Amino acid sequence: MSENNTDTPLVEIAGLSKWYGDFSALHDINLTVASGEKVVVCGPSGSGKSTMIRCINQLEEHQVGTIMVDGREVKPGMKNIEEVRRDVGMVFQSFNLFPHLSVIDNLTIGPMRNKGYSRVQATETAMHFLERVHIAEQADKYPPQLSGGQQQRVAIARALCLKPKIMLFDEPTSALDPEMIAGVLDIMIELAEEGMTMICVTHEMGFARKVADRIVFMDEGEIVEVADPENFFNNPSTERSKLFLSQLLGH
Amino acid sequence: MNRNIPPPLKIKKRLTLVDCLLYGAVALLIFYAAYRVNDVLIYHWNWSKVLGFLVKFDDETQSWASNLLLQGLWTTLRLALWATVLATVFGIIMGYWRTCQNLTLRIISRTYVELIRNMPPIVFIFIFYFFVSSQIFPALGIEDIDSDGAFASSTIFHFMFGDPRLFSNFLAGMICLALFEGAYITEIVRAGIQTTEKGQWEAARAIGLSPFNVLRDIVIPQAVRKILPPLAGQFITLIKDSAIISLISIQELTFVATEVAATTTRVFETWILVGFMYFVLCYSFALLFAHLERRAKRSQR
Repeated sequence: MSENNTDTPLVEIAGLSKWYGDFSALHDINLTVASGEKVVVCGPSGSGKSTMIRCINQLEEHQVGTIMVDGREVKPGMKNIEEVRRDVGMVFQSFNLFPHLSVIDNLTIGPMRNKGYSRVQATETAMHFLERVHIAEQADKYPPQLSGGQQQRVAIARALCLKPKIMLFDEPTSALDPEMIAGVLDIMIELAEEGMTMICVTHEMGFARKVADRIVFMDEGEIVEVADPENFFNNPSTERSKLFLSQLLGH
Repeated sequence: MNRNIPPPLKIKKRLTLVDCLLYGAVALLIFYAAYRVNDVLIYHWNWSKVLGFLVKFDDETQSWASNLLLQGLWTTLRLALWATVLATVFGIIMGYWRTCQNLTLRIISRTYVELIRNMPPIVFIFIFYFFVSSQIFPALGIEDIDSDGAFASSTIFHFMFGDPRLFSNFLAGMICLALFEGAYITEIVRAGIQTTEKGQWEAARAIGLSPFNVLRDIVIPQAVRKILPPLAGQFITLIKDSAIISLISIQELTFVATEVAATTTRVFETWILVGFMYFVLCYSFALLFAHLERRAKRSQR
């Protein structure tokens, strides 16, 4: 993991647009994320936050614009997309652990298949990251036997096992019971403090305040506002972000 | 707090008036059927004649051997096993094609499934018999397969495929059944692949697995778990459906039974016995599969 070196861009999104049929899901998105930077993406549901970060590892295919990840352009139908995906860790809202594999096998399958690790090597790496997410004692269990918070921590460890250059979080705490959220956020904060480059779609504004270098506010498929947390929370510059914040922090 | 406390009152299961009435009605019906056969039709039951077709004493080898009916049962079982293997192969290929992006593959597999599902089995079997097994088999030279060769006359061959002289007949029946049941297995396989959650595909792709590894390591193992129970059910259906190929003179249990019924003129006894044989065969498989399923479930925990 590199130093907080905010000069070299790791992800560059330029003029990105995407449609589902005739529905415009993303419109002219421009965003550059530097190495070591932590970006929090927020906005109302259906605003295209998830779609945008899913374009970065091509789980969604875009139609217009360019996306560069660590100097390589990713585009629909490209041959070696797997190589890019190995550099991009992703954590999903619904965990998506493989239910037929034990926790340890969930973690080792990627490195063994992609990086040609032996089982011993892969297990060593996996145990290292399981310890980091404080869940090493569950290694031999199966995902359905774990709580939601534990499953999400395993999912984070699974992504880390590939030693990614950037981590994408797609609403990682939205499917969790309230008492499970803190454990997952703590792990994410630790990761951030170690200098991991992160793009997080989340509604956890406390987390955003603490960790984010920049907040990206999206609405109706567009980036409406980009600001540092202090400015975003205290002086939102657009009506839409004001409305969103008042609804989020209203009660 | 100890939460393993039984509730104060246990609910008792007991027969209600409705249950008693239903049992009575069923008993009455059986009694009436027996009365019709015995006293109105004046039917003289003679089981020994029919039971003699189960096993016979072979004078040549001085030992008991299975007679026509049991031989028919073994043929049915062999047919069902091989046809299931073949139908599963068809089903996996066609089921995978059903989910492919490629339009041609989707058209081929869809046509296969719809053709067979929307045609009465008897009609399909006749078409198959008159076109395929009486035209294409001879053209392929399958009829001329050496039935006295070393392998064909070995006991292994006999155990697996029955009498070598009836092999081309057996093959026709097996392929016919396999094609027929393959269409249903295709749909089971398709469902298995398609019900694998989108999130599983995405997570597998996100950790950089190649398309082949996504299928092999993530999708197929999960699909197989979902497919096995309906596949077991389809196997039992296939045993029962195999009765229909008696129409094209495959010498399985039902075909043999018509012959036994004709020669002995013991129609009731023959068909009751044959029905019982099918029941025992299918029900034992049903129990076996249920047992295996329970065990698989327990080992997953």
